[in-house]
Amino acid sequence: MNSTKFTGAAAGMACLLLPSLALADELSGADTAWILTSTALVLFMTIPGLALFYAGLVRSKNVLSVLMQCFAITCLASLIWFTYGYGLAFGDGGSMQKWIGNLDLFMSGVGRDSLSGTIPETVFAMFQMTFAIITPALVVGGFAERMKFSAMLWFSALWLTLVYLPVCHWVWGGGWLGDLGLLDFAGGTVVHINAGVAAIVAALVMGNRKGFGSVAMPPHNLTMTVAGAAMLWVGWFGFNAGSALAANGDAGMAMLVTHIGAAAGSLAWMFMEWVRHGKPSVLGIVTGMVAGLGTITPASGFVGPMAALIIGFTAGVVCYVATSFIKRQLKIDDSLDVFPVHGVGGILGTLCAGLFVGTLGGVGLSEGMTTGGQVWIQFIGVAATFVWCAVLTWIILKLIDAVVGLRVDSDEETQGLDIVLHDETGYNL
Amino acid sequence: MKLVTAIIKPFKLDDVRQALSEIGVQGITVTEVKGFGRQKGHTELYRGAEYVVDFLPKVKLEIGIDDDKVDAVIDAISSAANTGKIGDGKIFVANLEQTIRIRTGETGPEAL
Repeated sequence: MNSTKFTGAAAGMACLLLPSLALADELSGADTAWILTSTALVLFMTIPGLALFYAGLVRSKNVLSVLMQCFAITCLASLIWFTYGYGLAFGDGGSMQKWIGNLDLFMSGVGRDSLSGTIPETVFAMFQMTFAIITPALVVGGFAERMKFSAMLWFSALWLTLVYLPVCHWVWGGGWLGDLGLLDFAGGTVVHINAGVAAIVAALVMGNRKGFGSVAMPPHNLTMTVAGAAMLWVGWFGFNAGSALAANGDAGMAMLVTHIGAAAGSLAWMFMEWVRHGKPSVLGIVTGMVAGLGTITPASGFVGPMAALIIGFTAGVVCYVATSFIKRQLKIDDSLDVFPVHGVGGILGTLCAGLFVGTLGGVGLSEGMTTGGQVWIQFIGVAATFVWCAVLTWIILKLIDAVVGLRVDSDEETQGLDIVLHDETGYNL
Repeated sequence: MKLVTAIIKPFKLDDVRQALSEIGVQGITVTEVKGFGRQKGHTELYRGAEYVVDFLPKVKLEIGIDDDKVDAVIDAISSAANTGKIGDGKIFVANLEQTIRIRTGETGPEAL
């Protein structure tokens, strides 16, 4: 199915640097074992990691709705990926290859013996599937506590198809951004900018939650949030180190820089709050962790540990400021702060990948490339993803609003989505 | 008969219960409540969103007693629940018209 038989996060870069690798087609047991493991880790990020992280942040009357959204997206995105998603993202698009893959349905070209690089193509497809699951699940944070479940399903399916799959193809599937030399190891553009922009556009199109800014909406269970955040940290090793698509030095370095980024981001956010508000908060330290991890993601296979330290600290500070600014100045109810954490982090990290690839222990710029030139390419990747995602997300939401309606009505919102949409309550104590 | 209702700080509950036992109070009813007085609330901050929490957790005790014990009960609660800081709570005393022990049907002070 894949004519090159070598695709993936590092494909563009690796092909530039090491053309001989593109011909490797012998199965490696070690590589396969690590990517099997990574696949499980990344799925674990969404359910239960992200699901719990988000569930703790909403009010108790909406806890099940968020868990349900994450779970349902996991199932829906998996079947879309199997039906046509993998083909559109990673298939050979022929004359359209710059823009999109092909419409080989039901992974028809993927058999027991197909290889993708040194791992079975089934494993590669499964690994990439888990990215297609977590990205729309991240968007849930933008429209939490007010979206109809049916509209959420329509949105996730259309958004995955029209936004995620093309961008994934552009960057990792042999499309134009990968060809251009964009460095995005594990999803700064594909996952984090995409999710962040979609979330804030959703918040703008749907409007703020009833009472936003005047009624207290504190997280109902921060122990759940901290547990989910810790699962995300662990799962992120699969996300970033797995994106090496091999059990090798790149994977090891990706794991190291990922960990440093998370730790630095956590402390940076914690100290920002401590200085500005007088107390270090639990929610602050775990949010800083997500910011650090999201920001190191695109750079994780390209930069060294000192760069990771800088990236992590910067992420904690910048995402903290962005969160306050969007909430307090712009008064946009991106309810669980997806854009300021993932979107801003993704932009920052994608630019930093270009900035630090050639220095501080990075893998080095490709031949003839300057740091300025690389950062410019990174900027093009950021801008293209941002604009495509913003426009398409807006169109999809307007369409769904006209056909099925996006929001539950005001009374239902007050009552809570758990009882209104699912006839259940999270806590019968 | 009097009904004494006391609002106290939650962490003082054990001390108060102990003090009441010592003066021979047979039973109390305890409820976890929220409210505010001069202490007012506090602010909580979540990712830059500031919320003023108006109502603080307190414990409410209800004690039915005979008239001659009122002063002792008030003294016991006042001294056991006192920290000297704002928010220690209040004691209300009201007349109690009737008391009935459900099991035996006894009424009045015998039922206390």
